[in-house]
Amino acid sequence: MIDIFLLEAILNGILLGGVLALLALGLNIVFGVIDVVWICYAELIMFGMYGNYVLHKDLGWPLLLAFAVCVVVVAVLGVLLHWLVIRPVLGGAPINQLLVTGGVLTFMQALATLVFGIEFRNLGISMPSLELGEIFLSQSRIWACGVSLVAVALLWLFLKKTYLGTAIRAISQDREIMPLMGVKPGRIYLITSAIGGGLAGLAACLLVLQYDVHPAIGLTFGPITFMVCVMGGLGNLLGGFLAAFIFAQFIQVGGFYFELEWGYVFAFCFFIAMMFWRPQGLLGKRA
Amino acid sequence: MLSVDGLTKRFGGFTAVNQVSFEVGEGEILGLIGPNGSGKSTTFNLIAGTLTPTAGSVRFQGREIGGLKPNLVCRAGIARTFQIPRPFTRLKLLENVALAAYYGAGERIGRSEAWSRAEDALALVQLPVDGETTIDGLGAAGLKKLELARALATRPRVLLADESLGGLDESEMDQAADMLEHIRRQRGITIVWVEHIMGVLMRVVDRCVVLDHGEVIAEGLPQVVASDRKVVEVYLGGDAGEVQAQVAARARSETGAGGTS
Repeated sequence: MIDIFLLEAILNGILLGGVLALLALGLNIVFGVIDVVWICYAELIMFGMYGNYVLHKDLGWPLLLAFAVCVVVVAVLGVLLHWLVIRPVLGGAPINQLLVTGGVLTFMQALATLVFGIEFRNLGISMPSLELGEIFLSQSRIWACGVSLVAVALLWLFLKKTYLGTAIRAISQDREIMPLMGVKPGRIYLITSAIGGGLAGLAACLLVLQYDVHPAIGLTFGPITFMVCVMGGLGNLLGGFLAAFIFAQFIQVGGFYFELEWGYVFAFCFFIAMMFWRPQGLLGKRA
Repeated sequence: MLSVDGLTKRFGGFTAVNQVSFEVGEGEILGLIGPNGSGKSTTFNLIAGTLTPTAGSVRFQGREIGGLKPNLVCRAGIARTFQIPRPFTRLKLLENVALAAYYGAGERIGRSEAWSRAEDALALVQLPVDGETTIDGLGAAGLKKLELARALATRPRVLLADESLGGLDESEMDQAADMLEHIRRQRGITIVWVEHIMGVLMRVVDRCVVLDHGEVIAEGLPQVVASDRKVVEVYLGGDAGEVQAQVAARARSETGAGGTS
């Protein structure tokens, strides 16, 4: 019979995978369509987490209202990021695009430190654990995974079933030809940035239930999100989705056999090995 | 319908298109021909908005469109195809065409309207598909048809067809030429056809403009252009005999049919 604690670790891995999948999705869709990596993606999430903190804890707004507002605000932030920072360097060298979003990362970290200081803050909400026989699962993780999967499914339907979604998929393949069919690429980019920002905002709402927010919180989520995206094949939405669950299993099951930190070590070693074996990612095409 | 006047494009010190002027009448099929590198495709890109002219004007239905962004040129009613077909391979075949129909129309249309326009365009180019057909199974001729259907789905008044016959065998070339003629007859669409294979083009075009080194060196009816000394010299070379034969064959068949042209 399978060890009950191993089962718990696997279930936790699935729950973590759902959240990582959501994190990867926003970054991936932006890269896939606009061909720019938002290095500051995790800082958008941080911004959303602080937003939730201010609205719910300081101003006393109902939690769900604070969530909804944060998703919208971070979506707008994504649009601003594209409009003010990415658009002027869109035709430039890729390294410049990395540098400007890297600059935004530093800017946002410094801004958060100035405004909120370096202390850790949380909403002070603790949800009871869910008990399944002898297995304990964190309720906030279950919520996070559930909401993530619903968001992933909705986005998938949007991309598959609507003309706007079809245009987004099309422009990710050949951006030069779309204008010849009457599509204005700049508009598609702004919409994509809003989606990417909105997903970061949603991730912020789910993460703020489990993690304290502080100015360097981006370092917790940023690197792992990039690794999930790269492992799946940067810009490949399905690849990122699969990679998220594989990565999460390494972290949780590895953490079960040794210690949680070792789980991360295994996951990163696996990532490095993968880069030798399939540098283009799980489902990516070799450039 | 479409009038190009003094169109010029320089890339640094190189003049790709120099003072090119021509008119395209409504419902006409105009052949834009010339050897490789003569500036045909550049002229095309200038009209379609992919490139911005250095000087000169492009007027469409009396309105200046030179320098407009490609998406606006498309919505104004000018569609183009590419020499090498560029379908969206990750999209279903019908999605490719429906997307063009939806965004390319100059007006706001509904989902189902775009869908039926797409099916309509595919029927016009005689490419039977259902919603699940993918791009993978299409051969060179099928891809050319898809490219045409995608342009036609935007309901253009003018179709810019770029070297539609590259990569096709002889019978496919004949079919493709007949196809453009068919499209013009069915829809009254004005067509500008860029081509360097001159023979088959001569069968269906009403008039030709011949470019060489970015300049117009001859213009007029196919039979006149084909026997123009300058054209024969710079362009046709050894093919002159064959092209003149095509023109002669056309003249004979038209006389036989009562000279309807």
